[in-house]
Amino acid sequence: MSLFWITAILLIGVIIPVLTERFGRTINTICTMLAPAIALAYIISLMPAVLAGEAVVEYLEWIPAAGLTLSMHLDGLALMFSLLILGIGLLIILYARYYLSEKEAIGRFFSYLILFMTAMLSIVLSNNVLQMWMAWEVTSISSFLLISFWSSKSESRKGARMALTVTGAGGLALLAGLLIVADIVGSYELRTILSSGDLIREHALYPVALILILLGAFTKSAQFPFHFWLPHAMAAPTPVSAYLHSATMVKAGIFLLARFYPVLSGTEMWFLIVSMTGLTTLLLGAYIALFKHDLKGLLAYSTISHLGLITLLLGLDTKLAAVAALFHIMNHAVFKASLFMAAGIIDHESGTRDMRKLGGLWRFMPYTATLAMVAAASMAGVPLFNGFLSKEMFLAETLHSSALGFLSWVIPVLATLAAIFAVAYSVRFIHDVFFNGEPKDLPKTPHEPPRYMKIPIEILVALCLLVGIFPNFMIGGLLGAAASSVLMTDLPYYSLAIWHGFNLPLLMSIIAIAGGLVVYSYRRHLYRFQAQFKEPDEKLIFEGVIQRLVNYATRLNDGLSNGSLQRYIAALLSFAIVITAIPLINLNTAATHFPDQAVSGVEITAAILLCLSAIATVIYHRKRMVALITLSVVGLIASIAFARFSAPDLALTQLSVEVVTVILLMLALFFLPQKTAAESSPSRVVRDVSIAAAIGGLVATINYAFITQPFDNSISEFFLANSKTGGGGTNAVNVILVDFRGLDTLGEILVLGIAALGIFNLLARVRLAMPSANENGLAWAQDRHPPILAMISQSLLPLALLVSFYIFLRGHNMPGGGFIAGLITAVALIQQYIAHGVDWVKPLIKVDYQTLISLGVLIAALTGIASWLFGRPFMTTWFDYFDIPLIGEIELASALVFDLGVYLTVVGATLLILASLGKLTSVHRPTATAEE
Amino acid sequence: METVYVICVGVLTSCGIFLCLRGRTFSVVVGLTMLSYAVNLFLFSSGRLNLKDAAILGMGESYADPLPQALTLTAIVIGFAMIAFVVILALRARADLGNDFVDGTEPPDTDKLLKSNRGKV
Repeated sequence: MSLFWITAILLIGVIIPVLTERFGRTINTICTMLAPAIALAYIISLMPAVLAGEAVVEYLEWIPAAGLTLSMHLDGLALMFSLLILGIGLLIILYARYYLSEKEAIGRFFSYLILFMTAMLSIVLSNNVLQMWMAWEVTSISSFLLISFWSSKSESRKGARMALTVTGAGGLALLAGLLIVADIVGSYELRTILSSGDLIREHALYPVALILILLGAFTKSAQFPFHFWLPHAMAAPTPVSAYLHSATMVKAGIFLLARFYPVLSGTEMWFLIVSMTGLTTLLLGAYIALFKHDLKGLLAYSTISHLGLITLLLGLDTKLAAVAALFHIMNHAVFKASLFMAAGIIDHESGTRDMRKLGGLWRFMPYTATLAMVAAASMAGVPLFNGFLSKEMFLAETLHSSALGFLSWVIPVLATLAAIFAVAYSVRFIHDVFFNGEPKDLPKTPHEPPRYMKIPIEILVALCLLVGIFPNFMIGGLLGAAASSVLMTDLPYYSLAIWHGFNLPLLMSIIAIAGGLVVYSYRRHLYRFQAQFKEPDEKLIFEGVIQRLVNYATRLNDGLSNGSLQRYIAALLSFAIVITAIPLINLNTAATHFPDQAVSGVEITAAILLCLSAIATVIYHRKRMVALITLSVVGLIASIAFARFSAPDLALTQLSVEVVTVILLMLALFFLPQKTAAESSPSRVVRDVSIAAAIGGLVATINYAFITQPFDNSISEFFLANSKTGGGGTNAVNVILVDFRGLDTLGEILVLGIAALGIFNLLARVRLAMPSANENGLAWAQDRHPPILAMISQSLLPLALLVSFYIFLRGHNMPGGGFIAGLITAVALIQQYIAHGVDWVKPLIKVDYQTLISLGVLIAALTGIASWLFGRPFMTTWFDYFDIPLIGEIELASALVFDLGVYLTVVGATLLILASLGKLTSVHRPTATAEE
Repeated sequence: METVYVICVGVLTSCGIFLCLRGRTFSVVVGLTMLSYAVNLFLFSSGRLNLKDAAILGMGESYADPLPQALTLTAIVIGFAMIAFVVILALRARADLGNDFVDGTEPPDTDKLLKSNRGKV
């Protein structure tokens, strides 16, 4: 077994509830509990080692080259949280089985719950910060799913959205913070990071990282001013509130603070931000909780207050405060989960959670009332219950704090004030519900819940008492292990006992209890005072803010994108100019720069011709036919340039592509306006010329910068050295195409084929008006097939096919190959279309071009696959020399078959494109001729 | 030689970009074609300009770099497929929308003065 199995088993556990739902609720519940139970048993089996101070660390290589290694660890802190997550989780599953009604999809509910459990456990067990962050986000998502479980209710949906937005945004901040920390340390491994405290604290980016990580923690743990989402998350079913929103998920933020305590704490900034946030949250939560009439609302604000208390403890500058924080995490989880479950029972059995209606329930459910009273006493911090111990430690630590210098006395005073309110709302929870007169118009007659629904609360309440009375025996070891993994130094002295003698903390406790009772008895005056203030509806405010954000975004978007392609291109190019220009300013290549080669008159002439034709194309671009002719001059000179610079294959390809392109554009021009009106405003022309000139200048600069530098041509050397011996051809360019990089070529002909098929489909249902005259009103010539052209092209056809065949065959060793041969064949056939018309050619060429394309791609792919038959990797080529009588020695290579595939695809694609366009001019048009 | 070469590439790029920024589909197609010439020449030159080297093994002492050539060769063919697709798209747009503006409608910021001169070109 390994720690990774825990995640794996729980992930399997996610689907189990849905699969077993049909076997009835009890079996479903038992099956659901299986995975967490196994995980818990395994964790417990590791406990002795961890308590002895040995952390379990495991690694699983994922992408070692990218430095990504999955890693898990179990130290004291992780152990404490794992036990809480799995232990309370199991109780919650049992409770939920009775809480959810028969008609609700309990399988789906359990699935979400286990998903959350997996994620939460992964957070605490992760030894890799990225892995931890992923799990963190999954808890936000599963929390969203669980809050919105009753998705028919508007408040559930809104509450879920609010929770996801706040915690999700915090999660992004956390990611940024973790990345900065990982960058400072140079590792994503948590254990490495945790041992680099000084490095992180002294780094210039420490404040940024700290604030980002704190944002993540504070949003998750509902700290002021991000606390508002938690009360609205109470729209979730009560088991979810008990589990996610009091015991575990909201503690993830606290966990993060505790986890990074060794590296982030110890600075003025940490103490100030964390303690002040905690103090504010503590007071605010305790105060508001008293005024909530909804049972779950009271518990929600009480949770916020307790989370603030723990945060404050982590922000105090004593080691003992951190110990107290960990202690209170456990105690709070135990008593608050049981209180939520009790609230759920009250809601379930009486039909309301409104304390103004409830009252006198003691008569109906004395047993539940007793359980709730114990838990509430623990929440209030009454002696003999676990809450008292950690609260006592808390009060003692506030006295030792010196974070605020001379103003440090404020902290214990405010802490006592918050404790007074805590007692008051705890008393209210009990008194208003179970005593205080009679219930008023309850929807149901209340009664005790089913037997098994009480078991989870009984277990938790027993823990409250046991820990409260025998603290050292119950959790001394666990707390010590957790504290030493948080502090990473020797533990300070502390004693877990009920009685420490008469001291100041005890006095503060007594003041709190007495004060709480007084506040509660005078509550009416407080209610009246509070009623003067308008209660803000966070949902409305939140939705308003979101709506305003959406409006801003929409306005910004509308401002940027008005649907004009030209505008987008101009913006994109302007950005590209800035991006490329900046590095060029600092580029210094003078050291290795080599001088220009000599230039001859021919080259100068060609260059001038090229530039003039290009500029002429721009100047005459509104007279489209002229622009096309000048464009073709540019293309021709480009192919001559390739020939000049020792690239015959390129020259041949460019030349044949040029012919095909010009034919295509001429055909297209037939259907488009022959001229463009002048419609660019002068300012637009100036803008476009500036952008174009800047881009041209930059491209030329970059080009010059690299072609005058020596370069490492070891890849090309390899190709040249192995072309003949490994690929069996002397034309290295062709060998690269069909052999070394054959897979690229296969992909490329596939793209060519797809483009051709796309064009075929675009033209299949096109409704284009057939122009009968040019723009000057002159009718097109009626004589569509000039006899001289027809005669010459017909007699040239066999010759052209022969040439293309020759070029194809010699391709491996001399300039040529499938691409060029295919283009030449296509041009020869297109010429027949031009000279004779579609009607004449169609019956003669019976080949379907689509079939030709698929055949070509298929042949190329099969040639590659064939090498598998010989036990070689995909696309391994084979060649050999044969001595055939009379003909002499010839070479046969499997690459030739591959090239045949290329050839067929090129012929098919080119002809499909041109023939489908050409067909539009003939009687085979897909449209009715009425449009003409 | 290198200077002359890069000037040509720069001029082709500028002309191509300018035409791509026009409002009618055909100009954009011509601009893209021009830009693809420039890109091909640019890519090709990454093997440096070799005036005397052999292209075929066994035909000379030193050889031209085959790698950029192979890359450019495929770029030329793919470039053709792209141009063909764009031009057919332009035809289809003209057929379906009844005009050949790249935005599908007349740009809103066309000068009024120029609009009134429409047809007199």
